[in-house]
Amino acid sequence: MKGLLPVFKRELSGYFTTPVAVVFIVIFLFLAGVFTFNLGAYFERGQADMVVFFNFHPWLYLFLIPAVSMRLWAEERKSGTIELLLTLPISLSAAVVGKFLAAWAFAGIALALTFPLWITTNYLGSPDNGVILAGYLGSLLMAGAFLAIGSCISASTKSQVIAFIISVVICLLFMLAGIREVQGFLADWLPVQAVQVLGGFSFLTRFEAISRGMLDARDVLFFASIIGVFVAATGVVVNMKKVV
Amino acid sequence: MISIRKISKRYGTGSGILAVDNVSLEVGPGEVLGFLGPNGAGKSTTMKMVTGFLTPTSGTAVVCGRDVVEDPVGVKAAIGYLPEGAPNYPDMTVRSFLDFIAQVRGFSGREKHRRIDTVVDRVQLRGVLHQPIETLSKGFKRRVGLAQSMLHDPPVLILDEPTDGLDPNQKHEVRNVIRALATSADHQNSGRSVVLSTHILEEVEAVCTRAIIIAKGKLLVDGTPADLRAMSKYHNAVTLTVIPPSGAGGEPLSVAKELGDIKWVAAVEDKGVVHVPVSPAGPGGPRQTLTLVPKGGRPLLGDVTSMCKSKGWSIETIAVEGGRLDDVFRTLTTKDAANTGPVAEPVGGAA
Repeated sequence: MKGLLPVFKRELSGYFTTPVAVVFIVIFLFLAGVFTFNLGAYFERGQADMVVFFNFHPWLYLFLIPAVSMRLWAEERKSGTIELLLTLPISLSAAVVGKFLAAWAFAGIALALTFPLWITTNYLGSPDNGVILAGYLGSLLMAGAFLAIGSCISASTKSQVIAFIISVVICLLFMLAGIREVQGFLADWLPVQAVQVLGGFSFLTRFEAISRGMLDARDVLFFASIIGVFVAATGVVVNMKKVV
Repeated sequence: MISIRKISKRYGTGSGILAVDNVSLEVGPGEVLGFLGPNGAGKSTTMKMVTGFLTPTSGTAVVCGRDVVEDPVGVKAAIGYLPEGAPNYPDMTVRSFLDFIAQVRGFSGREKHRRIDTVVDRVQLRGVLHQPIETLSKGFKRRVGLAQSMLHDPPVLILDEPTDGLDPNQKHEVRNVIRALATSADHQNSGRSVVLSTHILEEVEAVCTRAIIIAKGKLLVDGTPADLRAMSKYHNAVTLTVIPPSGAGGEPLSVAKELGDIKWVAAVEDKGVVHVPVSPAGPGGPRQTLTLVPKGGRPLLGDVTSMCKSKGWSIETIAVEGGRLDDVFRTLTTKDAANTGPVAEPVGGAA
């Protein structure tokens, strides 16, 4: 993976040389706060845990993560720098993985900046910090899965707007695959086994367990596989659609 | 140094567009090869395949002993490439952009700084080093692209339309850089190979030691710029301005007929008679300007001057042409289009 590190560094610093980073982080922290304190009634619950904080992460990510991932490849394609990048002596996988990791690291930085809430929770009571850590890990994994999907879709278009909209829709499908209404709707069309399999892809269901502190190896493996599959698919799409 | 072997590219599946059709080509060290052709001729596609951006449908290219299909990363390491339009990352400063390229190319520490310094001086970017690339003029952006392509002192440089869209001064500067690159001895080998594509014909004369013309994906001509000129019907043509003789009523009589009767004149292009006013430069009166196109490129000058002398026409200006590149270009690239009609279809080529 020669060349991965420079690509990673360039991409990550790219977020910070433009207003993207500041705007994203401010909005992310603001919304996380609104969701936790207003909608989640963090104080009123009177419990020293961060369950309400994590509960809203899938919905927060649904719109914010595609906003990060949309530029990954669509921008390179639009400006023609994809030709520059892919004629440098690096492998395609180094470019794809380097860019993905940079976006993931950026999401990680935004997530890490919610640490005051963790301090507050510890100040107000004595929470199970293992559960909170599990929540953060799960949230980071889910962000990675959203990003991998977004990266793949960004690779297939020149337009960042299209990349954003399609990413939101696909991420929404992944999120909702497990809830009762959707399952019921699918049951009219598909055999029971297929509905169950699709239900297994539900981010909401998987993340719910994690946010309550149950970091099941199967859920971790699930998100890791989603990341692996979609990052690999990004490579395939980039390679296929170099021109046009 | 570059060996293109029967390379073809078809876009789309099945019977998609054949953008490059079985092109073979060798470029040696010290050569500056001009890639000429109309838009959509396959110039860029060929370059994209040689640089490993696109995979050839068939055939391959070998650069410095490495096969682009088998070892694309190896080939990319040996090539400096300026893609069409010199794309770059607009948010980055010139310095951080070159830093990124240097890191990807495997340089670090003192060596990295030395390389960036050298290349910045060479294309004169010192003054804008800390400016974001998006704030630079087109000429500077192009120089950033050139700097990026030669940072690792590559034995092979491939430049896709390096002067396209620049003003005449910027074109001149970029050409100077390219010329200096090709002849500079700081590469360990005997010289660099430079391949550049263009549709500006004067550029070929200005910088190239060799030129090829490509149209509809096929290689049509391969030779020096002088060879190309010699293919023009205007090669050795004579253009002259004479004071024509006067007729009985004082009106000027055209000399076109007599000059057209010279043995090796194929055609006379008569630009007509104009009346020039008296000036310090010479007497006023009628002047006739004509271009005599020779048969088979034979020299005409001797015959033309002796005829003028014997007829008593005084010659005001006379010039022999080397040939017109645009004429060769147009003839070749449009003739090829005509040839692809049903008549020229290969025998037995039925599906």
